[in-house]
Amino acid sequence: MSEPLLEMSGLTKHFPIMGGLIVKRQVAQVHAVDGVDLTVHAGESVGLVGESGCGKSTTGRLAARLLEPTAGTVRYRGRDIAHSSRRELKPIRPEIQMIFQDPYSSLNPRQTVGGIIRGPMEVNGIAPPGGRNARVRELLEIVGLNPEHYNRFPHEFSGGQRQRIGIARALALEPKLIIADEPVSALDVSIQAQVVNLLQALQRDLGIAFLFIAHDLAIVRHFSQRVAVMYLGKIVEVADRDSLYERPRHPYTHALLSAVPEADVTAEPRERIRLAGDVPSPIDPPSGCRFRTRCWKAQDRCATEEPPLVRLQGNRDGHLTACHFPEDPTSHGGNVILDPALQH
Amino acid sequence: MYRFLIRRILGAVVILLIISAVTFFLFFAIPRDPARLACGKLCTPESLEIVRHNMGIDEPVFLQYWHWLTAIFTGRDFTYGHCDAPCLGYSFVNQEPIFNAIVDRFPTTLSLTIGAAVVFLFFGVGAGMVAAARQGRALDKIASSASLLGASMQIYFVGVLATWILVDQTQILQRPTYHDFTANPVAWASGLLLPWLVLSIIFTANYTRMTRSSMVEQLSEDYVRTARAKGMSTRTVFLRFAWRGSMGPIVTIFGVDLGVLLGGAIITEQTFSLHGIGELSIKAVENQDLPMLLGVVLVSATAIVLFNIVVDAVYAFIDPRVRLN
Amino acid sequence: MTTPFLSVRDLTVDFHTEDGVVHAVDGLSFDVEKGTTLGIVGESGSGKSVTNLAILGLHNPAHSRITGEITLDGDELVRAPKSQLERLRGNKVAMIFQDPLTSLSPYHSVGRQIGETFRKHTGASRKEARDRAVEMLRRVGIPHAQTRVDDYPHQFSGGMRQRVMIAMALVCDPDLLIADEPTTALDVTVQAQIIDLLKDLQQQFGTAIILITHDLGVVAGAAHEVLVMYAGRAVERGTVREVLGSPRHPYTWGLLSSMPRLHAPVDVPLVPVRGTPPSLINVPPGCPFHPRCDFQALAGPDMCRGERPELSPHRGHGDACYLTPAQKQDIFIEQIKEHL
Repeated sequence: MSEPLLEMSGLTKHFPIMGGLIVKRQVAQVHAVDGVDLTVHAGESVGLVGESGCGKSTTGRLAARLLEPTAGTVRYRGRDIAHSSRRELKPIRPEIQMIFQDPYSSLNPRQTVGGIIRGPMEVNGIAPPGGRNARVRELLEIVGLNPEHYNRFPHEFSGGQRQRIGIARALALEPKLIIADEPVSALDVSIQAQVVNLLQALQRDLGIAFLFIAHDLAIVRHFSQRVAVMYLGKIVEVADRDSLYERPRHPYTHALLSAVPEADVTAEPRERIRLAGDVPSPIDPPSGCRFRTRCWKAQDRCATEEPPLVRLQGNRDGHLTACHFPEDPTSHGGNVILDPALQH
Repeated sequence: MYRFLIRRILGAVVILLIISAVTFFLFFAIPRDPARLACGKLCTPESLEIVRHNMGIDEPVFLQYWHWLTAIFTGRDFTYGHCDAPCLGYSFVNQEPIFNAIVDRFPTTLSLTIGAAVVFLFFGVGAGMVAAARQGRALDKIASSASLLGASMQIYFVGVLATWILVDQTQILQRPTYHDFTANPVAWASGLLLPWLVLSIIFTANYTRMTRSSMVEQLSEDYVRTARAKGMSTRTVFLRFAWRGSMGPIVTIFGVDLGVLLGGAIITEQTFSLHGIGELSIKAVENQDLPMLLGVVLVSATAIVLFNIVVDAVYAFIDPRVRLN
Repeated sequence: MTTPFLSVRDLTVDFHTEDGVVHAVDGLSFDVEKGTTLGIVGESGSGKSVTNLAILGLHNPAHSRITGEITLDGDELVRAPKSQLERLRGNKVAMIFQDPLTSLSPYHSVGRQIGETFRKHTGASRKEARDRAVEMLRRVGIPHAQTRVDDYPHQFSGGMRQRVMIAMALVCDPDLLIADEPTTALDVTVQAQIIDLLKDLQQQFGTAIILITHDLGVVAGAAHEVLVMYAGRAVERGTVREVLGSPRHPYTWGLLSSMPRLHAPVDVPLVPVRGTPPSLINVPPGCPFHPRCDFQALAGPDMCRGERPELSPHRGHGDACYLTPAQKQDIFIEQIKEHL
């Protein structure tokens, strides 16, 4: 495998909560991201999935160094940029770009599309051969928009087209890594597929690496070669796509997969795991394994000892799981009903 | 809730300390000497010294402020005699105790302010709700244009005009005077009716516009749709749901406006020849009467700060989401 | 044949806006029987939410024009007086909305919000309404219902809030429950809980449910019948097995083949529907889907942009497309199935 492009280790971000009677002081902290290790290689697409509040978006922002981590390192091409100053980051910024979820609010409504896409080139003083305007047209064509529409404003485009504009803006600086934070979840199904295919083409044809953050497991499976599952600020399982989706070892991954509704009426009824309750508060996460409060396999050990993210016996290289009592790698595909509500 | 109140009251004390200190030290930045003024034409250096001592301005400024501050809680001995706590000192000009002077005048200003506020809140919010309920129809348009007209009025213009028409020419209303509320509420109200109405003409307009837009916004909220979807009548939806939600911003602006009214008392009292603390403050400035100025500022500031605490408490009552923070 | 519990015939909803008349729903017909769930599927702007607000008469009459027939248990609703509709809402027909945070009043406790619906329709006392609210919270699986009844919506998590919403909708034992994207704002594990809850409640009380969603997966797991909508019209209707197992309309094909799946071979590319949904002010003539359809040439010259195709047959598995049944079957088996 090629050299790591982005290497995060022990990455931690705590947000303080201020309070107090007279003088403001920190009374608690949100453990948004708590010791995340994740690597993205050049040209690779890594998926980061989890439910709301699991810290996946914060991880993305830390990776792009839009946020400064509380602890841990972010190595970009071998260099730790975790605490780099604005000036030190300036030459790196163009290489790491972001695409955001909401195509409505992440584009300046008073700027033309051409202005929006030209912006990053102007800020970074990049003068492509043939001029910036020619490059804008070229980029519009790459993302599947009419190059003659550079004079229009964002409100003249549909949701899917706006997301393409956002992608064109990210491409303007020829990035090596794109951090895509829920890039298709605000779009209609038929439009989602257009954007996913576009991103796939960019990865394939331009060799751009992706950190693809999403809550939709099916889309991540489609787009990413390696997938990490996050729960309450920690990565609970990370593996190659096939390994993760076919032989999940962490009970949370397993439950998450079995909860995805499938539009498949011909297949055998699948195994169902129904998790009880909601995700606990990241202000005061459970001790030991953070998933234990919703886990049907939890035992005393899970409360006292935090499971390390390691390769379990029977797993492929690179398939890491943080669980004391992992799922059996061979039992999947059966029709076991593990729903506690259905047992009585 | 208690934590919230305690925090706000402690904050208020700090604000009042800062305001009084700033007023105090700014006064001494004026190059003129109040003792000189009090000493009169035939002033010798010796008698000037005595006057200075009697006024308590022969000490260093910081010490003076400290004495002034502690007197509020413990009382203070002056050459004129003992001043009981809460002591704000004696006037430089006529040696009247400041506290008594303010107690004497403050009810006029307070009646003017609160009375006008009640009137304009009632008419402003009422008209705004009618306008919101009749969106786009004649009543809505009338309310909108009237509010624009009102908002462009000034008190000294409307006040003088209204007095001329309603009092001098037609005698419909009484010439503004202050009567003690506890002695005769009817006389109290009829004596202040004209200034209340004039102030309301100006402020009602604003509240009509704000209430209307706030109501219209609330009526398009999802939870209002839910209320309708569960069978609530139009009236219930309007009063129990949308109105409650729309009052948050109104209450906030109301807190600010109470301060504006109190600060504007100087002009209002001049316009209607009323004797409140607005009038006191003008005289205090003219005569370089530091104790009087400090007293007026402190009492007005306390009133504004208290109004704001009440407003915040009301806001927390309206919107439970605010309570937890 | 008995009349269906809810019957919608030729429903048309137009909105008057500054830009022109928006044809949000155009000639829509469907039925829902007691104890069954109809899934209405479509993308944004397909008219699925507009339809259901029209059933309850929740559109502002000053800006909208509604024609057609909506019959619920023998009562005509389109021309019903306001008072009749108010008696119906929250009582015989209840609704759940997508975002429980904005759809619940932030100013009132959940107990009060549930209880006031009950009081409105049954005339119960405050005490009875409160007891009923606690009972409902317990029924939808909210722990410590007795104390949580006095909490406000913002004190609940997203999933619990949607349970509160469901408790409120079911407080008068409605015969018809309209759930508008009830799980879209929720996480996938919580979504599964809510769908299970709706199914359980339907089994217990025989409620008819209209489930509006953009997610075919949710429909597959929760509905008996499906209606696929596009640009304000029904393009396909049938049982879940019929529509998702052997779809006949090119738009349904497009929806299905653009969906990424968990269990299909991973190298199957997604096939998006090209173009974008039409403006509802200028709906294309004929079949509204024809500008995005890859098969319009097969139907014969100018067929698709001429007369509008009707949904046929009138009962069972129907679709609104000019392709012949044989063409549809061939195309599905040869070109579409491999992408599912």
